[in-house]
Amino acid sequence: MQDDYFDHEADIGIIGRGKTIEECFSSAAHVMFSIMSDLSDIHPISTFSFIFDEPNVELALVTWLNLLLAKSNAKNIIFSQFKIIRQESQWIGEASGEQWNENMERGTDVKGATLTMLSVKKINDEWEARCIVDV
Amino acid sequence: MDLSRVKQIDEFKWTVADKELPILFYGDKDLISGLDEKVREQIINVANLPGLVGNAMTMPDAHWGYGFPIGGVAAFDANAGGVISAGGVGFDISCGIRALRTNLFLSDVLPFIEKLADSLFRAVPSGVGAGGNLLLTKPELEEVMQEGARWAVKKGYGVLEDLDYIEEKGCIDGARPSYVSDHAKERQLGEMGTLGSGNHYLEVQVVKQILDRSAANAFGLTENQIIISIHCGSRGLGHQVGSDYLITLAKAAEHLGIQLPERELACAPILSKEGQQYIGAMHSAINCALANRQIITALTRSAVSKIFPKSHLETLFDVSHNTCKREKHPIDGKIREVYVHRKGATRAFGPGHIELPKNYISVGQPVCIGGSMGTGSYILAGNSSESNQAFSSACHGAGRKMSRRQALKIWNGKELIKELANQGIYIRTKSMRGVAEEAPDSYKDVHKVVEVTERSGLARRVAFLKPIACIKG
Repeated sequence: MQDDYFDHEADIGIIGRGKTIEECFSSAAHVMFSIMSDLSDIHPISTFSFIFDEPNVELALVTWLNLLLAKSNAKNIIFSQFKIIRQESQWIGEASGEQWNENMERGTDVKGATLTMLSVKKINDEWEARCIVDV
Repeated sequence: MDLSRVKQIDEFKWTVADKELPILFYGDKDLISGLDEKVREQIINVANLPGLVGNAMTMPDAHWGYGFPIGGVAAFDANAGGVISAGGVGFDISCGIRALRTNLFLSDVLPFIEKLADSLFRAVPSGVGAGGNLLLTKPELEEVMQEGARWAVKKGYGVLEDLDYIEEKGCIDGARPSYVSDHAKERQLGEMGTLGSGNHYLEVQVVKQILDRSAANAFGLTENQIIISIHCGSRGLGHQVGSDYLITLAKAAEHLGIQLPERELACAPILSKEGQQYIGAMHSAINCALANRQIITALTRSAVSKIFPKSHLETLFDVSHNTCKREKHPIDGKIREVYVHRKGATRAFGPGHIELPKNYISVGQPVCIGGSMGTGSYILAGNSSESNQAFSSACHGAGRKMSRRQALKIWNGKELIKELANQGIYIRTKSMRGVAEEAPDSYKDVHKVVEVTERSGLARRVAFLKPIACIKG
C-alpha cells in the first residue's frame, strides 16, 4: 500500500490504512518511519516487542507510534516492518529494523506523534488512522 | 486568514471580530491575511483556557501548530486556577538559538569557507540517526537534568563566562528528573552534543548590516564580523517528555473537568499533582537543551580552531523559544507572578531587567531570530514592558508559509544546494529531503517579520546576519 500524508503548515500529517485496525496501525507506523528514510532499503535485522494497555483506540495509536519512536531513538535503529494485535484494551506489537549506517538515505527525524487531527475510524470496509507528527 | 474575521486595533495589532475574547494577533495586513484559519481557531482555544492573564497572543511569525499555534504566547496565574499545557510548549522543549560572536571577519573566513563548513559538519553530529560521541551514564544524565549548561562547563565543554550569557545562567530551577520517564532518559544517553534535524542548523553568518549602533556595541557586533549560530533543543529526552505528558495531561484535564476544545491543548492546573510533575519534567528537559547547546558550542570552538588557530568564540546569548517559565510581569499596575508559555516565541527582556548580564543591561536582551538558510537571521534587542505588552516576548524566526509536503513537491535538495552555493552559501547535510523541506521560499519574509516585530514595539532590530555556510540537520 502506498504511504499517504496530508498537509500541515509546520509538521506532517500521516495516514495509515488497513482492512483491520491492526493493519491500519502497522501502516501508520510505516508511513511515519518513511519520513526518516527509504524503508525498502532497511532490513529487519533486529526485532523489538511492545506491550501497552489503552482502551481508547485513538490514544492507542499515538501511544504505539511514540513507543516506536522512543525505542528507535534509544537504540539508534530505523524500523521498517511492523505488527500489532489487540486483545481488548491490551496491544501487543513488534517492530523490526536495523542500525542506522552511513549508506542509508536520511530523511527528516520525527520527534513525536501528536493528538492533533487524531482520528481512527472505519470508512466503508477500511480502517483509517490519522495524526500529525512533529518533525 | 479572512480579514473579515479579525478586527484591527492599531497598525500592528488585531483581535477576533465576532467574539469578545482577550486575543491579540501581532502583524500587518499582509502577515495577518497570510495566516492559516487554523491559527485563529487555535488562539481562540488558548484564550478559553482557565486562569489566562491578559491576552492570548500570536507573534508576527505565527503559523498553524498543534495545540497552541507556533508563535503563540499566553500567561496563566497559578493562584487563579491557571493551567500549564504540554501543547503550549511543544515536543522540542527549550529549542532555541545560541549565537557565538567571533574575532573573525569575512575576509579571514571567505578563502576557507568550504573547509570550515566541512570541519563543522564533521565535528557536530547532525540529522536523523546521528548519535553523539558522548555517551552518558544514567547518573550523569541525572546531573545534566539538574545542572544544565553548568554540568557541561564543569566537564570541560566551554568556559564559565558562557554561563553569564545563557538564560537562567545556564540552569533552570525546579527540575525534577524523577518525573522524567525511563523511555525519555534512555533516548538521551547517546544524544548529547547532537543537532537533530528538521529546522535545526549550525550556521556561519556574517554581520551584513548594523541597525542599532549602540545596542550592537553593547553586544560586541560590528560589520563583516563572523557569527556562528546553533539552533537545536533538548533532543530525545525533550521529545519524550512532550509525548508522555501530552497523554498524561489530556487524561488529567478530562478527570479534572477541564473542557478541551482540542485534545492537543492537554493541560492541568499549575498547582495540581499532574501540573507540578510536568513542570518538573519540562524543566529537566530545559536543562538538557541548555547542556546540549553548551556541548555543541565547545565542539564548534574546536572545529573552528582547526582552521583558524587564533579564533576566539564568545557566547553572545543563548535563548530558548519553546518553554513555559514562571516570571514576574507588570500587569494592571501591579507586579504579578505568571507562567508564560512561549511556543515558537522568544523571551525578550527589556533594558534594566535584573536577569540580564551587566554589559547588556542598558540596551536589553539579545533576541536571536533565525530566518532561513538562504535569506538570513537577525539579532534584536528586547524592549521595556511599556513598549512590549506581550510578557516580554517576540517572534522566533520567519515562520513557515508552506507545508513540508508542498515544499518537497517544488524543490529538490541537490539542486537547491547548488543554487545556494552559487549565491555563496555552502550547505552541508546528510538529508536532501531535509534541505528541500527547508527551502528558503517555504518561509515567510524574515525582513518583513522583524520589521513588524520592531514597529509593533516587541523588540528592535540590531543586526542583520547573512549565512555563508550552513550545517543542516
